[in-house]
Amino acid sequence: MQGIDHITPVLDVLCPMHVVLGPAGEMTHCGPTSRKFWPDDGAPPARVFDAFEVLRPRGIADMGSLLAARGEKLHLKKRAAPRTALKGVVMPFGAGGGAVLDLSFGISIMEGVRDYALTSTDFAVTDLTIEMLYLIEAKSAAMEASRKLNLRLQGARIAAEEQAFTDTLTGLKNRRAIDHILSRLIESGRAFALMQLDLDFFKAVNDTHGHAAGDAVLQQAARVLVEETREQDCVARVGGDEFVLIFEALSDRHRLAEIARRIIARIEEPVPFNGAECRISCSVGIALSQDCHPPSQEAVMADADTALYACKRAGRAQFRFFGEPENAGGSGPRPGPRQKSGPPPG
Amino acid sequence: MHGLINRAIQCYVRDNYGRERWIEVTHLADLGFSDFEAMLHYDDALTEAVLAAVSRSLGVPRETVLEDIGTYLVSHPNVEALRRLLRFGGVSFVAFLHSLDELPDRARLAVDDLRLPRMELCDHGDNRYALICRGDHAGFGHVMMGVLRTLADDYGALVFLEHKGGAGGSETIEITLVEAAFAEGRRFELGAGAG
Repeated sequence: MQGIDHITPVLDVLCPMHVVLGPAGEMTHCGPTSRKFWPDDGAPPARVFDAFEVLRPRGIADMGSLLAARGEKLHLKKRAAPRTALKGVVMPFGAGGGAVLDLSFGISIMEGVRDYALTSTDFAVTDLTIEMLYLIEAKSAAMEASRKLNLRLQGARIAAEEQAFTDTLTGLKNRRAIDHILSRLIESGRAFALMQLDLDFFKAVNDTHGHAAGDAVLQQAARVLVEETREQDCVARVGGDEFVLIFEALSDRHRLAEIARRIIARIEEPVPFNGAECRISCSVGIALSQDCHPPSQEAVMADADTALYACKRAGRAQFRFFGEPENAGGSGPRPGPRQKSGPPPG
Repeated sequence: MHGLINRAIQCYVRDNYGRERWIEVTHLADLGFSDFEAMLHYDDALTEAVLAAVSRSLGVPRETVLEDIGTYLVSHPNVEALRRLLRFGGVSFVAFLHSLDELPDRARLAVDDLRLPRMELCDHGDNRYALICRGDHAGFGHVMMGVLRTLADDYGALVFLEHKGGAGGSETIEITLVEAAFAEGRRFELGAGAG
């Protein structure tokens, strides 16, 4: 041990988490911080291998194998609880077979500082541990501020969506928009027609081909509705597969029938999706504001709904005006060039 | 001005005087919104308007408001994180004073777009120091008065502080350390914060 005693005060300051080892692995001196590994149990174990288990490199259980790993990074675990994970490096000194083992917490620094109640003075002045702890706290505080901002933005987004007039999947208007437009139309007393449109056999597409296919079908239906109506008409998706169309200043039954017929025909065109063909149809109930006395939003919607359910009862894939006798067969089957009553195959 | 600084003023008013008082301040300052976001940037004029409004609403001079904000920042439980970050500066009040030189850099490590005024500590010997703050915003020295006064208590040190005014974007605080270990102080455990 010649030569180490006068240098241990130096080691205590430069690397306070070191242990001085004798030739048989006996711990002859602990630095001030490594001494804190055994706070209450009094003295540390006599031999280094009783104090720590060397996990890597494997097979180190005596001084010979320990010194063979000189200068290498060691992974250790304290044997006494808490079984703190440590990094270390060992270097021999002099000719007597002794060595210095220097230790560090590595990534388990937070636990280490807590478990052994360490303070700034337990680390070498040049050690960056304190700066690292500072950074961990500073970044957590900054992250927390960012997280709160994100939560507030998320809340604002949800609120904005609730106030929005647009259906995000199809880009059509939504139910809120319909309420808004209808109440303005009713107030102004202008005549209009309202179509209530339900996709038929949509659930079968969802069940057979999945929701992505369902979304594709909805988007295709939305395209058809926009293309088959005028710029000034309003097209909205008001539920899963339910749409409402409002035609301002249009109450010509022939024209409305023609629009409904074209819409049904085009919606029945199969939609290709991932190699499969999705086939749907639709039922359309049509109400005219002039048939309501006095016209109200609820009454026009209810009329269109009644007509829609008459279509459904009559076998779907057709349109019908409110007020038409059901046994008349509906407007759908009457002049339509392409008449279908059952679900298309597939 | 960085949102963190604006937010600090808002939290100071809210935590010490209540949300209603803060809303009154936003009206007095003609802010047009009710909450600053900590991670956004705002026009400097808004910060000045808010400070003037706080001063008017509380009926105290601007300097007093600024010093109170400094005190709030390192003593209120809602902003405990900041006190801890400052205590990382040193194990004693004197070590903390010497760490102030690097405070702007430390702040930037945490939030890289946060610019704090530069600070320089002059050691005049005999436990007398002068802290010179240099920045674009007049009044930061008063905030530091509150911070220093409160952190001295935190460390258990007895100090005498005097704001010597300033010119040309620089303010000087004279610090006299009467007794380094005057009282027990508050505990600071390294590992008590994050995680």
